[in-house]
Amino acid sequence: MLKCRTVWRKLAPLARASSTLCRQNVKRTGLHNARLPAHVPTAHMATGPARGGGENQLYVLLVGATCLGGAIYTYRTVKGDQHRYEERIAEIESRPHRSTKEATTTVQMEAPDVPESEAQATPSPEESSPPAPDAETAAPSETTEPPQEPSPLSEPGPGEQTDPSPATEPAAAGSPAAEPSEPQADVTESAAGLDTAQPSLTLPSHAPYLLIGGGTASFAAARSIRARDPGARVLIVTDEPDLPYMRPPLSKELWFSDDPAVTDTLRFKQWNGKERSIYFQPPSFYITPEELSNAENGGVAVLTGKKVVHMDVRGNKVKLDDDTEISYDKCLIATGGVPRNLQVIDRAGEDVKQRTTLFRKIDDFRSLDKISRTIKSITIIGGGFLGSELACALGRRSHDSGLEVIQMFPEKGNMGKVLPEYLSNWTTEKVKTEGVKIISEALVKSVTCNEDQLEIKLKDGRLVKTDHVVAAVGLEPNVDLAKSAGLEVDSDFGGYRVNAELQARSNIWVAGDAACFYDIRLGRRRVEHHDHAVVSGRLAGENMTGANKPYWHQSMFWSDLGPDVGYEAIGIVDSSLPTVGVFAKATAKDTPKAATEKSGTGIRSESETEAVASSAVASPTPAPAVMHKDDYGKGVIFYLRDKVVVGIILWNVFNRMPIARKIIKDGEEHADLNEVAKLFNIHED
Amino acid sequence: MSYCRQEGKDRIVFVTKEDHEAPSNAELIADDPHDPYEEQGLILPNGDINWNCPCLGGMASGPCGAQFKEAFSCFHSSQEEVKGSECIHHFRNMQECMQRYPELYPQEEDHESSDRPEANSAPDSAEDPPLTPQAVAGPAGSPAAGQTAS
Repeated sequence: MLKCRTVWRKLAPLARASSTLCRQNVKRTGLHNARLPAHVPTAHMATGPARGGGENQLYVLLVGATCLGGAIYTYRTVKGDQHRYEERIAEIESRPHRSTKEATTTVQMEAPDVPESEAQATPSPEESSPPAPDAETAAPSETTEPPQEPSPLSEPGPGEQTDPSPATEPAAAGSPAAEPSEPQADVTESAAGLDTAQPSLTLPSHAPYLLIGGGTASFAAARSIRARDPGARVLIVTDEPDLPYMRPPLSKELWFSDDPAVTDTLRFKQWNGKERSIYFQPPSFYITPEELSNAENGGVAVLTGKKVVHMDVRGNKVKLDDDTEISYDKCLIATGGVPRNLQVIDRAGEDVKQRTTLFRKIDDFRSLDKISRTIKSITIIGGGFLGSELACALGRRSHDSGLEVIQMFPEKGNMGKVLPEYLSNWTTEKVKTEGVKIISEALVKSVTCNEDQLEIKLKDGRLVKTDHVVAAVGLEPNVDLAKSAGLEVDSDFGGYRVNAELQARSNIWVAGDAACFYDIRLGRRRVEHHDHAVVSGRLAGENMTGANKPYWHQSMFWSDLGPDVGYEAIGIVDSSLPTVGVFAKATAKDTPKAATEKSGTGIRSESETEAVASSAVASPTPAPAVMHKDDYGKGVIFYLRDKVVVGIILWNVFNRMPIARKIIKDGEEHADLNEVAKLFNIHED
Repeated sequence: MSYCRQEGKDRIVFVTKEDHEAPSNAELIADDPHDPYEEQGLILPNGDINWNCPCLGGMASGPCGAQFKEAFSCFHSSQEEVKGSECIHHFRNMQECMQRYPELYPQEEDHESSDRPEANSAPDSAEDPPLTPQAVAGPAGSPAAGQTAS
């Protein structure tokens, strides 16, 4: 095209000259003949029909020849590109494959590419030559980063050659200049097969439903999607090595198990004797990622040990830590979070960090279980749910092993941020009877390692010597993808900011611990509980299949502090809110043990949300006659915000969550909360 | 008699059984059964089956989900005298599928499969029965519910 233009420019003055010359000739002949010819040739392009003079013909020939030459040149270049591209693909194909299946999938991938570049070659050759010189210079032009899927496919032609070195991904990732065109090249590269990561050969390059994170929310979403979209293909990508599992037993039931092999089996016996695994489903429930694209009825595939490091929202695709790319139609981010650490420990030496556990995953449970059997003293820093539950669990063990269990926290009592002060104090006494040494109002100043022991120095001067530390000081929501995806992060609560329907952007939803969502009743919040992960995961799955429902069914949570005391709660349960507690005396029948025996389930939210009618109503086994001399045996505590009940705790009162949920949903101002408390029938079983 | 005390912003009330004998006069707002936001039971207001009902556990979403849905849909829409009697082959497909995944769908005695049509005729009522997989698929009994329930 450029050549044509330059040639044309050269010819233009000649062309004009020729036309004027032509006219002059005619006029002269006209004058001579005293008769004008039929029409005076008006000045026009010399590419018009040749008139008069061999010069014109020469010009026409010249121009024609040049155009033809240009056409031949561009055609050759494009063909050459395609030839080189095909050569390259053949070369990649010839690399050793694992199975023939891979070869067929790669061939399938190439097949659409080849006709695409051919299609490009045939229409106006002039237009296809700019991509060629562009490719040569490997210019990282922003304009060549089209969001649509079809055009990138034609790019791989010239794009392929921009890769400085062929096979290895690090090299491909290393060429930053070609970054925009890189993804397109990568798509075909990953499909074509790579030397380095053999498994990625067979990975699907597209998943209709992509779930990032393999925890509770993700599994609930997968189940929801499969129930609503028949034949759905769901791919879960998790950086953990395990299939989706539930977390609550890791700090409760698994510790109470009598089975010495519990760290391997991860099975726990519920109070009614029924055993189950912490895994939501056994491996046979899932299909392998390789089977996903071809499975007749779809399925759920879990890709373990892979982390999503980059998200391209415009292109609807993600990149894994091994540079594999997976495109999606709908995506769920359920990345959960990472346990927070104390700053003083983070800055401390390696010897301190080695003796510190941040508890969240199965591996943490296994290692803590092992450690707790060998050491003499363990300290838990943190007085919230996790810290208190672990303290009680380890305290139980201490009865047999003589392990010293210490728990320290800045508040005055256990669950100080959740329970009103009187109840928090009562709970702390309960935890003490489980065998835990409580150090309250403790602010950690420094932690050092001295002679194989840890020395924790508190700000008020107290010194605590221990062998191992468990830091249970909160969860940092994982928002690693926010930057690359351009998603908003909430500054108040942390986590990805999503709307009431858990949507961050079109085709992107967030659920579970990482979601800061808008609760229509209770306002914007972020909830880190198991049932919320289930409820929000389910909702996200529903919305990914077109339901468009907001967060409405209020999730609940529960905690057990030893087998004799437990509570269920719903809504905003913040100890800084004014509360009204209505209590009755507890009897032996009002314990979590009895509650689960009755409902036939071990996980209390299960008994609520699953509503399995066939639950075995076990004949009430005679529970040990434990009399509670305390005042707060059982009751209901209402948390108020502007005179409206926004949170409720059912204290040693079970299976009444639907009533509590209803009260929160109504959002009414009740003049006498004692009347509301009557609805719970706290004196009955 | 009830006893009340205040600790700062927190109010504590102790009540006896007698105190709570009188019915409550607290007013609750009537629920709208057609509220689209609410969690639905097994049967949706328009008569369709809610495959996402927690009561189904993982039945509709597992590897045999497609067969389960076919069988149960057929049963649900069955107008026969013995409800679901024309759906035998669907149930058979489902059972065959479930037999391939004994881990997920623990097998019980085979004679249960012949009891299925009779068992199915029982829970056909207007209100949503919290459906147990047992009522629908003989082999997959309540242990499966416990297993597949998350």
